[in-house]
Amino acid sequence: MTTHHLDAPVADAALADLRAGDRVEVTGTLYTARDAAHKRMAEDIQKGREPPIPLRGQVIYYVGPTPPRPGSIIGSAGPTTASRMDKYMEALLQRGLKATIGKGYRSPPVVEAMKHHRAVYLVAVGGTGALLSKHIRSVRVVAYEDLGTEAIREMRVERFPVVVGNDIYGGDVFQEGVKRYAEIQVDAKPRYE
Amino acid sequence: MRSVPARAVEEKVRDLCIDINYHMPRDMLQAFERARETEVSPPGREVLTQLLANARTAASEGLPYCQDTGTAVVYIRQGEEVRVEGRLEEAVHRGVSAGTREGFLRGSIVRDPLRRQNTGDNTPPVLHVEREPGDKFHIAVMAKGSGAENMSQLRMLTPADGPDGIRRFVLQVVREAGPNACPPVTIGLGIGSTFDTVAWLAKKALFRPLGRRNPDPYYADLEVALLRDINRLGIGPMGFGGKNTALDLRIETAPCHIAALPVAVNLECHAHRVREAEL
Ligand code: SF4
Repeated sequence: MTTHHLDAPVADAALADLRAGDRVEVTGTLYTARDAAHKRMAEDIQKGREPPIPLRGQVIYYVGPTPPRPGSIIGSAGPTTASRMDKYMEALLQRGLKATIGKGYRSPPVVEAMKHHRAVYLVAVGGTGALLSKHIRSVRVVAYEDLGTEAIREMRVERFPVVVGNDIYGGDVFQEGVKRYAEIQVDAKPRYE
Repeated sequence: MRSVPARAVEEKVRDLCIDINYHMPRDMLQAFERARETEVSPPGREVLTQLLANARTAASEGLPYCQDTGTAVVYIRQGEEVRVEGRLEEAVHRGVSAGTREGFLRGSIVRDPLRRQNTGDNTPPVLHVEREPGDKFHIAVMAKGSGAENMSQLRMLTPADGPDGIRRFVLQVVREAGPNACPPVTIGLGIGSTFDTVAWLAKKALFRPLGRRNPDPYYADLEVALLRDINRLGIGPMGFGGKNTALDLRIETAPCHIAALPVAVNLECHAHRVREAEL
């Protein structure tokens, strides 16, 4: 498996080499947001206001961490299911969002939209919140503080390990994986929610 | 009549809530290791290596295994010769609240399903109490993550669907869930009873120890056959492809109506956090 290094915020050119299934280590600044923060950002946009964080070139990490112990900066901080944020993606991609980090599938329209806007979806191993937390260097709440674990945080990470889920060419790690290893077929469509 | 003070229930629930989130059960770790040995897909093996490392980090660094520390599902089996001194429900509630605060766990419960205000201390829990003969008092706590719970399904099949229909449904549920349930998963399969109870049968199956076959050989065989087929779907650890999609499948059944075949598939992620204690 190839391992790439990716700086965040992201320069367009850095995404050209990434292919679904590649390993990536992300270093730099991310923003965290999950269900409730996305809903608020969507409401802001609908009312003609800009979201409270810059989006151009940025990376959003779908996470709601556990509370830090005294003396720690953060608790456990693994990814949550990405597709719950799918309905908010188009508006964010239009504002220049370049990468998202989560777990699980993205829906076909979002995979298309990412291809169109040349953005990637990165998969962190779901449920490894303890391990991933060790790659987080600093955390600061920057918006929607009242949302608690769902507030938007600015997070500095170092060599944060992910796998490319969807690349800018429409490649999809999950589809390719199942295709390669399936010995039986079932009549089922992935649930994108 | 033996009596158990409510205070003891509260403390036990608190301790279990904390313990399961920091210490992955040994049978799960062994299952990860076995899966890593048999896994043919390189990214799949890599995921299993990370799961083992994550479990070690959780225990040694005092970080919860997963940030979704779950809905607390508390399953009490109370002997008919045991009396609880004080209010049982309240004790369980307080135990979960204390465990969440003292264990630095995440409050993941909203007070109302549509108006969605976080209660802050992960209460209320889901509580099941069953009576049984004798003077034993068992408390089991499960921290049920929502990623896998969201991918669970219930269907009212017809008697004519039989085992084939159940097989089709189970495979469909696992395939539809794919990576979202954080595989390798464990599956609780409830069969029978009525609409309301079949889901609880499925959840109850998840409380049984990993690999503990149904005592009825007919269902034990069905468990093995379904598990084998699930692992031929190719989903693999974290959905990156591979042979280890599920670690176990356990069935619980109950009698049902002549016209009915209720089936519930409760998916559980690799963060299968459940522990039982006796008071
Ligand atoms: S599904 Fe399980 S392992 Fe995955 S994020 Fe949720 S609780 Fe954690």
